[in-house]
Amino acid sequence: MKTIVKHRLFWPVVALVALIAINTIARPQFILITVRNGELYGALIDILRNSAPLMLVALGMTIVIATRGIDLSVGAIMAVSGAVALTIIDASSEPGSLGTVLVALAVALLVALVLGVWNGFLVAVVGIQPIIATLVLMLAGRGVALLITEGFITTVNSGPYEFIATGYLIGLPFAFLISLAAIATIALVERRTALGVLTEAVGINPEASRLAGVRARGIVFSAYAVSGLLAGMAGIIYSSNIRAADANAAGLFIELYAILAVVLGGTSLMGGKFTIAGTVIGVLTIQTLEATILFLGVPSAQSPVFFALVVIIVVLVQSPRLHRWGRRAISTAGSRSRSDAGDRAGVAS
Amino acid sequence: MTKSLELEPRRADARSRYATFMSRRASLMPTFAAVAILIVLLISAQARFPKFLSPGNLSALLLDNAYLVVLAVGLTFVILTGGIDLSVGSVMAFTGILGASLLAQGMPAGIVVPIMLVSGALIGLLIGVLVHYFDVQPFIASLAGLFLARGLAFVVSLSSIRVEDPAVLWLQRTRFQVAGWYITPTGIIALVAVAIAAYVLLWTRFGRTVYAIGGGEQSARLMGLNVARTKVMVYVISGVCGGLAGLLLTAYSGAGYPRNGIGTELDAIAAVVIGGTLLSGGTGYVLGSLIGVLVYGTIKKVISFMGAEQAWTQIIIGALLLLFIVVQRVIVTRSQRRR
Repeated sequence: MKTIVKHRLFWPVVALVALIAINTIARPQFILITVRNGELYGALIDILRNSAPLMLVALGMTIVIATRGIDLSVGAIMAVSGAVALTIIDASSEPGSLGTVLVALAVALLVALVLGVWNGFLVAVVGIQPIIATLVLMLAGRGVALLITEGFITTVNSGPYEFIATGYLIGLPFAFLISLAAIATIALVERRTALGVLTEAVGINPEASRLAGVRARGIVFSAYAVSGLLAGMAGIIYSSNIRAADANAAGLFIELYAILAVVLGGTSLMGGKFTIAGTVIGVLTIQTLEATILFLGVPSAQSPVFFALVVIIVVLVQSPRLHRWGRRAISTAGSRSRSDAGDRAGVAS
Repeated sequence: MTKSLELEPRRADARSRYATFMSRRASLMPTFAAVAILIVLLISAQARFPKFLSPGNLSALLLDNAYLVVLAVGLTFVILTGGIDLSVGSVMAFTGILGASLLAQGMPAGIVVPIMLVSGALIGLLIGVLVHYFDVQPFIASLAGLFLARGLAFVVSLSSIRVEDPAVLWLQRTRFQVAGWYITPTGIIALVAVAIAAYVLLWTRFGRTVYAIGGGEQSARLMGLNVARTKVMVYVISGVCGGLAGLLLTAYSGAGYPRNGIGTELDAIAAVVIGGTLLSGGTGYVLGSLIGVLVYGTIKKVISFMGAEQAWTQIIIGALLLLFIVVQRVIVTRSQRRR
C-alpha cells in the first residue's frame, strides 16, 4: 500500500479519477460510451479527441523541461504551421484532393521543425536562457503567421484536411489516434533506449553530463526540434478542427496549459526526472476539468480562475515548506499520543 | 614626427580610458545600445516621413504607451531580483474592468482608484508569497496569477464597460500644452512612476537590496539584508503597477474590457530586456525600461505610418529582442572571462 501511495503517479491519477467520479455522480451519462455506426461516442471520447493538440504540445514540453528548459513558442509554432498548411490548400486548384493535403502537411511540418531547430540553435549553441530564446519566437511567430495569412483568417473546405480532426478510424477519433501514436513513439524512444536517461542526466547537471561524455548539446538541440515538430502537428489538428487558420487565436495560452499539464503530471520544472505517463494524465486532467467547468455552466472565459486555483493547490502540495509543516504536525501528534499512552501507563501502575 | 609622437600616447590614453570605462560600466552597454537604436529609429523615420519628429507626434508616443511604461517599471523590479512576472497584462485587464464596473455602479473615483491599486497589490502579494515562502518558481507562480486575474476579469464582466466618470476621463482629456508639445495627466503619472522607481532603485536601502538579491540571493541573505520582505515586495510593486496601468488604460480607451492586454506581459518583458535589464537579475536600469518602451512605441508608430501590417511590429520586436539578448550574452561571457 505504501509503495502505491509513494509512486509519483499516485496523486495525478487520484486527481483524474476523482474528477471523473465527480462528473459521473453529477450526470451519469458522462461515463457512458455508445457505439454508433461502429464509431465510439460519449463525453469521455470527446475529451480524448479534444485533448489531441494539448497532448502533442505537452509531450514536447515534457522533453524540453526534462533538459531543464522551457518552450514558450509552441503556440506561435502552431499558428504558423496551421497558416502554412491552409494557405497551400487554399492556393491549390484542388483543395479536396489527398495529394494537395499531403503536400500541405509535409510543408507545414517541415516549417515547424525548422522553427524548433531555430529554438534549439539559440539554446544549445548560442547558450541563451531557454525562456528568453523561445520568447523571441513567441513574439515574432504570430507576426509570421499573420504575414502568411495576410492578416486574414484563411478558411478552406477540404475533406481530407477536415478528416484529421473530425474523422474516425477503427472506431476511434483520428486526432486521438495521432496523439496515441505520438505518445507511443516518444515513450518507446525515451524509455526503451538510453536517450531518456541521457536526457535526465543533461537536465540534472548539463556540465557534469558533458564531462561524462554525454553529448548534452545535441540532446538539448533535438529536444527543441521535437517540441517544434509536435507543436506543428498540434497546429494542423487545431486548424483542421476549426477549418480555418487564425494567426491570433491558434494555440493562444497553450504553452501555459502544456506547462501546467507537465507540472500536474509530477515532472519538476527544475529538469531531470520526467514522466511521459504523468504528462498524459496531466493533459487528460486539464481537459476533463475544462469539460467539468463548461458543464457547471461557467462561461469558458472565466475558467482560468479554476485553473489558477488548481495550479496554486498543486504547487502548494509540492512545496517543501508545506511538507515540513506536515511532518512536524504528524510528529507532534505522534509524540503527544505517545506521552498520553505513557501517562495512562503511569496511572495504571 | 614630433607631433605624431605627442599624439600617439594621448590616443592610447583615450583608448585605455575607454577600456576602463567599459570594464566598469559594462552593464550600461545594453542601455546605451537601446538609446542608440531609438535615435537611429527616430532619425530614419524622420528621413522617410518628414512630419514624424513633430512635437505632437512625439508627445503622442508617450501617451499611447503610458500604461506599458508603468507595467515595465513594475516588471523591472521583479526582473532585477532574477524573477519574472507574467501576470502584469492580466492584472491590468482585471483592475481596469473592475474599476470600470465599480464606476458604472456609481462609486466615486476617489474610492475606486485605491480599490484598483489594492486589488493589483493583492495578486502581486499572492505571487510573492508563493515565490518566497513556498519556493514556487516565479514563472509558475505568476502564471497562476495570470490565470487568476484573467479569469477574474471575465467574472467581473464578459463584455466591455464604458467609463463616464469625469475624474477618470480628465486623466486623458486634459492637455497641458507648450508650443505644440503636450502632455496629459496619464503621461505625467507614467513619468512620475519612472522617477519614483529610479529614485528607489538607486538611492534607497530597498533598491540596493533588490540589486543584491539579483546578484546572488544567498550572499544577500548572508549580508543580513531582508531578502524575504524585499522579494515579496517586488511582486507587490509589480501588482500595484498593474493596477495603475489598468487605470491608465481605462482612461485612455474610455472603457474597461476583459480582453485587454492579452500578451502585453510579453511586450513589457521585451521592453525591459531591450532597455538593458538582464533577465538573470542584478543588472539594469528603470530608465532603460522607459527607453525600451519608447523603442517599442516608435516601431509601432513607424509601421502604422508605413501603412504596413501590424504583423511586422511583432517580427521586428522579436528580432530586436534577439539582438539585445545576444548583446547581453556577449557582455556576460566577457565579464565572466575577466573574473
